[in-house]
Amino acid sequence: MSAADFRLTDSTLRDGSHAVRHQYTQRQVTDIVAGLDQAGVAVLEVAHGDGLGGSSFSYGFSGTNDMELISAAVAAAKTAKIACLLIPGIGTAEDLRAIADLGAAVARIATHCTEADIAEQHIGMAKELGLEAVGFLMMAHMIEPEQLLAQARKMQDYGADVVYCVDSAGAMTTPMARARIEALVAGLDIPVGIHAHENLSLSVANSLSALEAGALHVDACTAGAGAGAGNCPTEVLVAVCEKLGIETGVDVLAAASVAEETVRPALQRPQVVDRASLILGYAGVYGSFMLHSERAAARYGVSQAEILLELGRRKVVGGQEDMIIDVALELAARSGQEVSP
Amino acid sequence: MGLRCAIIGSGNIGTDLMIKIRRSDQLELAALIGIDPASDGLARARSLGVEATPDGISWVADHPDRVDLVLDATSAHVHVRHAAVLAGLGIPVIDLTPAARGPKVIPAVNLAEHLDAPNLSMVTCGGQATTPIVAAVSRAADVRYAEMVSTVASASAGPGTRQNIDEFTRTTARALEEIGGAAHGKAIVILNPADPPILMRNTVFCALPEGTDHQAVLDSVQRMVAGVAAYVPGYRLKNHPVIEEGPFDTPGGTVPHRVVVLLEVEGAGDYLPPYAGNLDIMTAAAVRVAEAKAQRLAGVAA
Repeated sequence: MSAADFRLTDSTLRDGSHAVRHQYTQRQVTDIVAGLDQAGVAVLEVAHGDGLGGSSFSYGFSGTNDMELISAAVAAAKTAKIACLLIPGIGTAEDLRAIADLGAAVARIATHCTEADIAEQHIGMAKELGLEAVGFLMMAHMIEPEQLLAQARKMQDYGADVVYCVDSAGAMTTPMARARIEALVAGLDIPVGIHAHENLSLSVANSLSALEAGALHVDACTAGAGAGAGNCPTEVLVAVCEKLGIETGVDVLAAASVAEETVRPALQRPQVVDRASLILGYAGVYGSFMLHSERAAARYGVSQAEILLELGRRKVVGGQEDMIIDVALELAARSGQEVSP
Repeated sequence: MGLRCAIIGSGNIGTDLMIKIRRSDQLELAALIGIDPASDGLARARSLGVEATPDGISWVADHPDRVDLVLDATSAHVHVRHAAVLAGLGIPVIDLTPAARGPKVIPAVNLAEHLDAPNLSMVTCGGQATTPIVAAVSRAADVRYAEMVSTVASASAGPGTRQNIDEFTRTTARALEEIGGAAHGKAIVILNPADPPILMRNTVFCALPEGTDHQAVLDSVQRMVAGVAAYVPGYRLKNHPVIEEGPFDTPGGTVPHRVVVLLEVEGAGDYLPPYAGNLDIMTAAAVRVAEAKAQRLAGVAA
């Protein structure tokens, strides 16, 4: 197989962890890593869905400690590199030291798209530890391409090896994704990546458009496992790429088998664009709010769609899952007032 | 005569402190000390007739007889250096950075405990907002795990906070344990860039073991909110505290319930606009501690 035209990072075991409420077992991690490594995927990301340190009341407690899952992943990977995500404010530099000790090779440092400067400490630390440092600008639909470039430049200055445009809400149309990637490719000296979600059924299209615009890194999740309607599905992306003559380094049928036989059985529900996930993309709400808002809606007897729309109006950002309870309580109080005489 | 205070740091926190100290009848402002002669804070101090100097900590070393107490509003790593200089001079300091060199003070919980310590840590803004709630729950329940999420407007988070976000989460989590009484503490901080800027929001979750008297927990939280609001007028519940049913698999063990307390802090608008409740709660708490020290010294002298 010839060299790949871009580097694929499969995040089934990090972003896909949202879909299993952060309950992956060591066995599942071992099987999924072994399968994807064998299929030829270059980088595999493993962590709580909200990154290292994400195990919490706010985001859900991990079923198995992240570090045990990362160790299992490192042991199961023959050629693939193991990556971990860290959101400053949630995880700390100690987590980076721990994953470096365990043998992870890539640290992805994620911030809201306007807050790159809180990543300086962690990008620096990752480089010091000999890790590859990837900057990850989330909710990138919320700002204009030039503003995104200014934030990406900061990450480049801090020492990032790659910067991603992350469509955390799955809210980007294809022209939006292309414009952001074009701005980053033109204005940065380092490679650019795209991370797409499926809430508007555009994850594969947006990823392809990013490749055309010069992106050299693409994120995907096997079986589309992920927050909201899920991520760009690995096996579909590599199949389409092959038909287009874009080299991925991944065996399509092997990836499809991992999706069918290993990942899909682990998922607790089908990854589809249902009403809630469509609203995420439509209203531009952080994808991981979906399952939390479903629970809050049931707990307080209010509409999940109303919760998500109100969160969109409040312009909440990733990490503000506590606001779901806040909004649910206010909706419940309001509807209580309406029924009382 | 009031206790003579010098503020080091002429940024947002230091300038806001200046305004609050000038309003206090128990404190006297000796100087606002910065390092940038062109800073807005120093200019404002000069216009108010306050001694304003860009000489940094060396001004204190040169004028030790003019200062009874220093309030340090610089940054964690700078404070470490200041703490050593001030210890040498024998001048006590209230530390508004997350450096946490001295005992941590949350006025509503442990104001009287460490007043004689030479270095008092004001923890962090989120710690000031949430530790009292964990302490209140601990009075009614055995809290094996407590967690706080603090969301502040991007516009109110200065470069010191941004470059040291780990110090914030570490120091805050420790305060939830040491002063809040939780066996395990976790702190999360989120910056929100929405325009117009959001008010500071804090959410506290505490694990509640089997057999907890839920009404006692809720009552204790209500009393504590009133206690904090006595010195931070913009501190309030955003919604009624709620008990949610689990089970929850926390690091402190599996519990059947959790209490969720949603708080909002509106600033007094002294220097920064009211959205910056995160700065206001720090400066209001620090002034409360400085006044308690002043009362203590007056009592000793009398």
